[in-house]
Amino acid sequence: MSKDNIPLWSPEHLPLLPQRLVEMILANLGAPEWLVSISGFMVAASTVLAVFMTAFALLSLIERKTLARAQNRIGPNRAGWFGILQPVADGIKMLTKEDIVPARAVKLLHLLAPILIVLPAILALGVIPYGREWTPVPLELGLLFFFAVGSMTELSVFMAGWASGSKFPMLGAMRAISQMVSYELPLIITALGVVMVSGTLSLPEIVQQQGGGFWHWNVCTPWGIVAGLLFYVCTIAEANRCPFDLPEGESEIVAGHMTEYSGFKYALFFMGEYLGLFAIAGLFVTLFLGGWQAPLPGLGLVPTWLWFFGKLALVIFSYLWIRATFPRLRIDQLMRFAWLCMIPMALLTLPAAAIWHYMGRGPLSWMVVLPLVLVPWVLVAVIFNKRLAPATRTYRFADG
Amino acid sequence: MQPTSANTPAQSPPEKPGRWMLPGLGLFQGLAVTGRNMVQSFYNKERMTTVQYPEERAPISPNFRNFPFLVYDGNSIDNLRCVACSICEKECPPQCIYIVLERDENGKSLKRPKIFDIDVSVCMNCGICAEVCPFDAIYMDGEYELATDDRFEGLLFHRERLAKSADYHMKLRPEQASEVIARRKAEEEKKAAAAAAKAAKAKADAESKKAAADARPADEKGGDA
Amino acid sequence: MSVEYTDSDRLLRVSLGPQHPSTHGVFRMNVELDGETVVKLKPVFGYLHRNHEKIAEGATYLSSMPYTDRLDYICPLTNNWAYALAVEKLAGIEVPERAEYMRVILAELTRLINHTAFMGFILGDMGAWGSALMYAFREREKILDLFEHLTGARMMANFMRFGGCRNDLPAGWREQVGTLVEGYGPFLDEMEKFLVGNEILLSRSQDVGQLPAETLVNGGITGPMLRAAGVSYDIRKVDRYGIYDRFEFRIPLGEKGDVYDRIMIRFLEMRESLKILRQAIDQLPEGDYVNPKARIRGFKPPVGEAYGRIEGPKGELGFHLISDGTPNPYRYRVRPPSFINLTLLEDMCLGLDLADAVIILGSIDIVLGEVDR
Repeated sequence: MSKDNIPLWSPEHLPLLPQRLVEMILANLGAPEWLVSISGFMVAASTVLAVFMTAFALLSLIERKTLARAQNRIGPNRAGWFGILQPVADGIKMLTKEDIVPARAVKLLHLLAPILIVLPAILALGVIPYGREWTPVPLELGLLFFFAVGSMTELSVFMAGWASGSKFPMLGAMRAISQMVSYELPLIITALGVVMVSGTLSLPEIVQQQGGGFWHWNVCTPWGIVAGLLFYVCTIAEANRCPFDLPEGESEIVAGHMTEYSGFKYALFFMGEYLGLFAIAGLFVTLFLGGWQAPLPGLGLVPTWLWFFGKLALVIFSYLWIRATFPRLRIDQLMRFAWLCMIPMALLTLPAAAIWHYMGRGPLSWMVVLPLVLVPWVLVAVIFNKRLAPATRTYRFADG
Repeated sequence: MQPTSANTPAQSPPEKPGRWMLPGLGLFQGLAVTGRNMVQSFYNKERMTTVQYPEERAPISPNFRNFPFLVYDGNSIDNLRCVACSICEKECPPQCIYIVLERDENGKSLKRPKIFDIDVSVCMNCGICAEVCPFDAIYMDGEYELATDDRFEGLLFHRERLAKSADYHMKLRPEQASEVIARRKAEEEKKAAAAAAKAAKAKADAESKKAAADARPADEKGGDA
Repeated sequence: MSVEYTDSDRLLRVSLGPQHPSTHGVFRMNVELDGETVVKLKPVFGYLHRNHEKIAEGATYLSSMPYTDRLDYICPLTNNWAYALAVEKLAGIEVPERAEYMRVILAELTRLINHTAFMGFILGDMGAWGSALMYAFREREKILDLFEHLTGARMMANFMRFGGCRNDLPAGWREQVGTLVEGYGPFLDEMEKFLVGNEILLSRSQDVGQLPAETLVNGGITGPMLRAAGVSYDIRKVDRYGIYDRFEFRIPLGEKGDVYDRIMIRFLEMRESLKILRQAIDQLPEGDYVNPKARIRGFKPPVGEAYGRIEGPKGELGFHLISDGTPNPYRYRVRPPSFINLTLLEDMCLGLDLADAVIILGSIDIVLGEVDR
């Protein structure tokens, strides 16, 4: 792609504008090539960071507003117009709060954990293709990189729990480790199906192949809908969202690994969690919902990154909705669900994806692949319903 | 009676049979409920019951009670109905009332309180003082925005602060106040009538005495004559 | 269920409370955990102790009435009734018919409040982020408004008097209760949809916290907890105090006595309460709201002893009074349902998860004001 023959001011290239401006200015000033490219990278990274920091601030408000509406409340509406300044107020409060470190904490790890939880989230955000022209780091092995840095989160959560030198964080960390490791397996296995069908690990390439209307998205294939659903559930678990928010489980273990954190470190945890949420939801959109592809052909006028963020917003809204509704699972149920339901189902999507790949898109392959995923699905559901999730009960009455 | 299931004579048929459900259906039902609430809270007054307090206020029931107040008749707080009988002081469950009777220099009771304090940080708004008062002197107020930054003096209400006019009572609880006023009026009339009757009787007595006295001198006069 | 451990160092001792999100007030559970399994649980309470019984022995009979509001502050009116019933037994005061009907209406509304709030609390304990609680409180608020209109206070009603109630129903109150009762059914339907079919709730609450019915009976457990285990024991049916024998209603019974049964029994009880309310509103007679012979000032019951009990929303609520003929009771004793229901907490929690212990505590439905008194 040549940088010279694209217009500077088009909505499609808007997110690239700062990077290109800096590069242009530096090049005109006669800066060496390496300086130009490094500065360009840094500005590109800053753009992504700025976008997602804003989104983080907004989401912290929108989450509270949405939950409030689901619960027939109004939500924060005092700071600024419709509470728009609430994130600012929260930020000031967090920054000015006393930073408390427990006496029995391992001071260095206690300090490092919140930093290490933000870092992988930011790194993971770097490889996601946000628009046709906007992939901050178009890595050839993007998916691999994403999972590699994504698994660092577990480490930092455990670090936080261990280093706090307290019991609730320790319990939370133990829960977090077991939960995240269990759910990472189906997450990666279902993503593997996409890789098999696409034949590439490059995320921009995977999106490119889903073009041409929503029926080309991976989620609109018989194996893709199953894999997508499993992936979606796994993203909730990986992001520690309700109903899989056991590591934080506020009614049982106070705040899990974050119990002993306050002030800015707590804010960092919060930020890391939200950035991780963006990253994992962004990956879901990329792999299954066609990334930045428009849902219908002929909508080329709308900049592609808008489609991406629209889909991202929808996915995140679904998380909020779920959070407003569901109770939390118990740890053994959570594990059982992962190992007895999610992982077998995820493994089943692999042959289905393979058959789909070799038969190609068409009614015949639908007829072959659909039963292949549907029958085990129903079977597992029946077994799961009978043995693991008991049904409602009958009650008798005494008239006496 | 032994609490066993044996003494349940008849058992009615089950109302809701346990049924097999498609797994996950219950979850979607729950999502539908929250979704409905989320949407309806934008326009349905039944769902969104929040009242933005300082700007708007929820209507307060006329029966709402808060801390007590003392009623005075007319315009002066010297006309408190309270006679400092201390019944409320004794009945008050948290003992938050403190009354000192006013006496003149001879130690004779003036039938009014010199000190009438209510510690509203202790008062629990139960309304027993108003209930036991035989002189219609103390009633429960409806005022509730009483926050103060003074923990001690600000929450100790003295006689001057507690005293409110009978008109205020009338405005606050018209039914109760008009009933009280009518009763007091009737009592006063009765008292006045009794006093008048007494006075009339006294007058009649005096007159008859006078007449008797008049008669006697006449006799004497007659005797003189 | 007992778990043997020799090496106590392997256990994690955690103090849940007194400041902890799940303890419903200032309650403390000293838990010993093996992993996440509870091997030992020691309830510690008394943080909210305020000497209720001793204060009552130094105060007049009437002065204790507002304090009973503060026992189980979710449902003050049933507390009022239990105390009034005990004093009426002690002094032999008759209650006029209208007052009895008013009491039944108020008690059943209180039961609705308690069970509705319970649905919210238990879901909060399970980790649902407050939605059920807010719906529950939205409906509870309507009943509290009615209470405010009638008694002058939303929660601390102080409404029952020896021989009746403090004041008569304001104009239109009865109709308002009628509208509320009609609107409550749909709300319960919605709540049921929200809770009952939810697979996560089913799997969380079924087969959790079971105890055999005999243990429950021996432990003195009453109320929905006992009925959830299939024991038909409801003082409204056993004693038929007040005028409960005039109403048509049924006692729902559970099978297993686990947390799920406790939730469902409360649901079904609410529907029965609505039935009672409909009948009571229809039958409400005219007449005195308080026995005209009952005295407010200078009340002195004769020497004697009485125990008055009612079926509170949480179980058998009783007041035991001994009078020595003075204006103050010689002995004043509360039989608090939540306190006695709490005694079997450890037996229910052993061998289960920490998360289960939290919802079991929630399903007992304690109010610390009543536990600690």
